[in-house]
Amino acid sequence: MSKPVLRVQDLAVTFTSMSGGLLHRQERQIRAVDGISFDLMAGESLGIVGESGSGKSTLARAILGLIKANRGRVMWRGEDLTALEEEAMRQRRKELQIVFQDPVASLNPRMTAGDIIAEPLWTFYPNMDRLQVDERTRGMMKMVGLLPNQINRYPHEFSGGQCQRIGIARSLVLNPRLMICDEPVSALDVSIQAQIINLLKDLQKKLGLALIFIAHDLSVVRHISDRVMVMYMGQAMEVSEKARLYQRPLHPYTSALMKSVPIPDPERARARSHDSWLTGDMPSPYRRPRGCIFHDRCPYRVKRCEADVPALRKMENGDWVACHRGEDIDLSI
Amino acid sequence: MELLRVSGLEVSFDTPEGVVKAVNGMDFELSEGETLAIVGESGAGKSQLVMAMMGLLAENGSARGEAEFQGKDLLQMKPKDLNGIRGKHIAMIFQDPMTSLNPYLTIEKQMTEVVMHHQGLRKEEAREHAVEMLRAVRIPDPEERIKQYPHEYSGGMRQRVMIAMGLLCQPDLLIADEPSTALDVTIQAQITQLVGELSRKTNMSVILITHDMAVVAEICDRVIVMYAGEVVESGTAADIFYRPMHPYTKGLLASVPRLDQVFDDKLHAIPGNPPNLLELPEGCRFRDRCEEVMEQCVETPPVWQGDKGRMCRCFLAGGSEE
Repeated sequence: MSKPVLRVQDLAVTFTSMSGGLLHRQERQIRAVDGISFDLMAGESLGIVGESGSGKSTLARAILGLIKANRGRVMWRGEDLTALEEEAMRQRRKELQIVFQDPVASLNPRMTAGDIIAEPLWTFYPNMDRLQVDERTRGMMKMVGLLPNQINRYPHEFSGGQCQRIGIARSLVLNPRLMICDEPVSALDVSIQAQIINLLKDLQKKLGLALIFIAHDLSVVRHISDRVMVMYMGQAMEVSEKARLYQRPLHPYTSALMKSVPIPDPERARARSHDSWLTGDMPSPYRRPRGCIFHDRCPYRVKRCEADVPALRKMENGDWVACHRGEDIDLSI
Repeated sequence: MELLRVSGLEVSFDTPEGVVKAVNGMDFELSEGETLAIVGESGAGKSQLVMAMMGLLAENGSARGEAEFQGKDLLQMKPKDLNGIRGKHIAMIFQDPMTSLNPYLTIEKQMTEVVMHHQGLRKEEAREHAVEMLRAVRIPDPEERIKQYPHEYSGGMRQRVMIAMGLLCQPDLLIADEPSTALDVTIQAQITQLVGELSRKTNMSVILITHDMAVVAEICDRVIVMYAGEVVESGTAADIFYRPMHPYTKGLLASVPRLDQVFDDKLHAIPGNPPNLLELPEGCRFRDRCEEVMEQCVETPPVWQGDKGRMCRCFLAGGSEE
């Protein structure tokens, strides 16, 4: 881990929605991603966590240029991806890959596992030798824990966990340098989740990949990340080293997310207090609270939080937090 | 008091590839006020079990055995009689709250319909009752929100509406099929607590179906673990969490990522995948994935039985082999 391969700087994505019918047409803006900045080192793994609607998937898509950013830059190895022409961006995609949440829906049901995995090769290297493609495909299958003799099977013949392995093999077939996993295990059984997380972790180490792992659950991210970013309504609330985050989160929202992870131990689960749990839902994106966007759900709010927006600022230990009370509240577990 | 007694329940489906036995002989009892978890991976048969009891199997499915609810066998009931029980005495909530609500009708319309049908309430009474239920599941500003359509609610609020609808007729039994799986952890925690709290308050029995052991620990009294259509272990929550016997149960517990323990770099995973029900292995169905597999596992494992519904389907159970 030396210098950053990816630098995201003040990235913002705004969606516009129309409402009100023909005569009273109203344009409303949703700030899905609202000024996100972070660096990612080569071989580093960053977890991004937040509730649905926090903008984590939009952020992933904006980094890959699948959604146009309204503001900010995505510097990939010194080059601004947001300024690239379409064809140049297409070429960069070899280095930047994504794995999606729903393993079954993201595979074409009419293609065999082998064809799905090999498709990126044909797209980028149409003149590649057939035998070579076949060999590479079988190699990828082995690497992700599939049997090479399943190469001619169709997605419906695989279980959910196996389909996610096909998705991973496909995203790795071009030798990318950055892989973004958008909730890759949320749709899987808990027992299978562990398999996929361990697999991704092994592959990341072996291939020296930079990895962005998106999840809505802090317990899943813990096993795969070096650093964790917590998002809320399009903004970063905290970016911390893993070991520190899980011992002493800096932001009340991070702490609330941790407390809502269920404990698989009946006595301890029932003994714990529910006082500090998050109540209510995330506010409507049309009605963003003034001041700190989290203040109306925050048990630690003070007068100042209702008026002043806290900036994401660096703490002494190098972690980042967007909270006025970052220093004076102790959220140790 | 016993509310439900299931014995010898089998569910099978006629498919082009052959007959698939989704549930292969279930026996269990449920008392009033008790919360029972049925745990297992996709394809274990846990959802089909309750679909069979509710008379909601797909057309190619059939059920045998008995499911006595308040002394009457649900499987032998005429559709008309079953309609009188569903919604009124047994309510069910499903995994996906969006597809279970009608997007064209207001929440008010959908909620009042149920009580007007089952309890013969007048419209205003039904509305009042519905608002009260929405308040019980902590929907803010229920008098106003009840006029809205499902798309105006967030995912967590929709699931709370589903629970409120389920509870409208004060059912004796609530069946919740993965009620929090599609939701954020923050909302999951709220929904799980809410179900537990309502059960305690009204002495309602609950069957919770899930693949996640962590959710079970929060509220359940007893647990049934299913694998490939069979019960492999059952017992009290304390039995299952502190003294698990079956290697599959142990694997399910170990694969939960947790924040309350010393950090272990690698997560424990159960290797392999659930078997195809058309190509089941001989003997123990779990043996291909089992970490404690022995030579004798090619034979059908014995069923070990202890007190109070404690049971395990494994050669290692009860400690007799050690």
